[in-house]
Amino acid sequence: MNTDFLQAGIFIFVLLLLVKPFGTYIAKIFEGKPAGVNGILLRFERMIYSFCGIKYQEGMTWKTYAISVIIFNIIGLVFLYILQRVQSVLFLNPMGMASVPPDLSFNTAVSFVTNTNWQSYSGETTMGYLTQIFGLTVQNFLSAATGMAVLLAVIRGFINRQKETIGNFWVDITRTILYILLPLSICLSLVLVSQGVVQTFKPYAKAHVIQPITIHHKVIKTQIIARGPVASQTAIAQLGTNGGGFFNANASHPFANPNALSNFLEMLAILLIPASLCYTFGYMVKDKRQGWALLAAMFIIFIPSLWAVMHFEQIGNPLLNHLNVNQKMSSLQSGGNMEGKEARFGIADSAIWTVSTTAASNGSVNSMLDSYMPISGMVPMWLMQLGEVIFGGVGSGLYGMLAFVIVAVFMAGLMIGRTPEYLGKKIESYEIKMAALILLIPHLCVLIPTAIAVVLPSARQAILNPGPHGFSEILYAFTSAGNNNGSAFAGLSTNTFFYNVTLGLSMFFSRFLTIIAALAIAGSLSKKKIIPTSPGTLVTYQPVFIIFLVMIILIVGALTFFPALALGPIAEHFLIAKP
Amino acid sequence: MIRSQLKTAILIFIVFTIITGLIYPLFITGISQILFSKKADGSLIYKNGKCIGSKLIGQKFTNPKYFWGRPSATVSFPYNASASGGSNLGPLNPKLISEVKKRINQIRKADPSNKNSIPVDLVTSSASGLDPDISIAAAYYQIPRVAQARGLPTKTVKSIVKKYTTRPLFGIIGYPVVNILEVNLALNKIRTKK
Repeated sequence: MNTDFLQAGIFIFVLLLLVKPFGTYIAKIFEGKPAGVNGILLRFERMIYSFCGIKYQEGMTWKTYAISVIIFNIIGLVFLYILQRVQSVLFLNPMGMASVPPDLSFNTAVSFVTNTNWQSYSGETTMGYLTQIFGLTVQNFLSAATGMAVLLAVIRGFINRQKETIGNFWVDITRTILYILLPLSICLSLVLVSQGVVQTFKPYAKAHVIQPITIHHKVIKTQIIARGPVASQTAIAQLGTNGGGFFNANASHPFANPNALSNFLEMLAILLIPASLCYTFGYMVKDKRQGWALLAAMFIIFIPSLWAVMHFEQIGNPLLNHLNVNQKMSSLQSGGNMEGKEARFGIADSAIWTVSTTAASNGSVNSMLDSYMPISGMVPMWLMQLGEVIFGGVGSGLYGMLAFVIVAVFMAGLMIGRTPEYLGKKIESYEIKMAALILLIPHLCVLIPTAIAVVLPSARQAILNPGPHGFSEILYAFTSAGNNNGSAFAGLSTNTFFYNVTLGLSMFFSRFLTIIAALAIAGSLSKKKIIPTSPGTLVTYQPVFIIFLVMIILIVGALTFFPALALGPIAEHFLIAKP
Repeated sequence: MIRSQLKTAILIFIVFTIITGLIYPLFITGISQILFSKKADGSLIYKNGKCIGSKLIGQKFTNPKYFWGRPSATVSFPYNASASGGSNLGPLNPKLISEVKKRINQIRKADPSNKNSIPVDLVTSSASGLDPDISIAAAYYQIPRVAQARGLPTKTVKSIVKKYTTRPLFGIIGYPVVNILEVNLALNKIRTKK
């Protein structure tokens, strides 16, 4: 167990080391200052603006900004839908994948546009190479850039003094992609290939296996090995908190994540941008303590969650102990609950991955969550239910967290009887309403469709595991969609018309309604003047406020979802404890 | 306002689709094929010019003379490398327990003399269904059987296992694992030498 904790400690330490340099770099890019890469590419950036007719010095009101976000994403959605529908007649499809059915195309298009990356399909048997690069990889970039742009607009809301505009969406996504996402993805994908992640356009390889086997009276002599342009997609899938896998097995597939080093780098990539953005925020509002305070609040929830998952997975499955199976950790094996886990990742690397991806809204998995022990399967579900604000998606995590901050400042203001303000901006009823929407919309997108699914017999047929676990599968699916995460209790067969449509709508409304509310806050704050701090100002970077913020997050999340969790994983835990 | 933004949106969407959806993946493929062509193509293993598998993708072994890998829950047949995936069986699912029992019986049947408790990774299916590795404990458990089936001293088999063991990064990150494909191929080579 000690080396497990040591691994987790090293991971967190390395992540923290990167927060400041990366956070500073992102802030400089956001502010339009020179920061290395952008000097070289500046001419190219300007060329894009003139080609697209973008007046890059002109700001947008929050409404124009929101309309731009929506139009841009709907274009992406329509394009990705059509691309899947016609992939069979296009090129770069050496395995001759058929065109994707309408409901699945809709689900996948919404999923990738909303940065969710829920996958009702199995990559290597559904998507041709062209769809993977020209459709899915593209949306990995664009959805991440959209999230970061919206965050940037919200930050401007806090910085601006009595200004109508909150920046230019086109400029924000262009700079984010060119100077942040693209360079990082290029570096990461090349390192991943050097470790064994595949990157090729050749068709699947045919191997003559070492020992032919007989299954159901059929002799199997060959193995068709799926491959493709995986590294380029995996890199941005992790960096942009997308998480969509090239393969069905996602990041547990040896071609997507072959060894301990690739795994460590991919885990870092998952949290790198969301964690660094906290520092970026502090840097841009000219009070770095505010950024560190938010990061601290995130870690206060992250670390115990990580402990819980590691602990319950390492104990293993009590039902196997009676069968003389050795689940003890030793220098020779990781031990623990190894169903649905890869030997090279064992318990610790699977647990760190799972907690990182569900804290951030990255839908990738390197182990199968459906086979987790009840409590360790509940933790990732619960982390999403908190609203994906513990790191959260790139950009979206932090603007979600800022909505919680606004609510917390308001509550604290009520307690001490002062007008609530944050970073010198008066928080009034409009901001509170919008912040409340940001907190509540995902909850509605989770609970309403879950309730519908559990009363529909046809929807219940999709369940794989009996008992409370079956309910957990449905709850997990809508929790994942309604918070734009994308991971799954994958036993649930969701490639049906009902699930494709309901999950698709859940992802869509959760993503874009919260974006509109966040931009509304940005617009409203931007118009306000900045009040100088006085002795009576609530200090929002000290431990008292950090703990208060954490409590607000926990209370909102816990109160909403405790009843549902009690019916699923908690009930299952007590069933397992009583043999 | 909507119309002017629409035109810009379409143009910038085209620009970024070309940059991130064509130039970027093709650029990465080009560099990868130049610098790491073998790995980029899937670390394939060839014997007499014929592809016999990938170093990173496990295969199903049932013969006692081979080291067995992780159980695989892939669709149609085990280690189906064009349909990766796990069992997704929950911890309480009776089907999981019966599967594990079945695997235990097969392992015991292949080597009735071995009374040690069986390492967990040998009876639980992997996440990808293609796991090329087993834990050292799982390899050690199988050494007596493999050695006996091949008429080799256990010392020889153990040294081959050691040779194909990957240690954790810096001794800390990851877990030590044995690549069954490499071990089994190395064992086959000894035989042909004889």
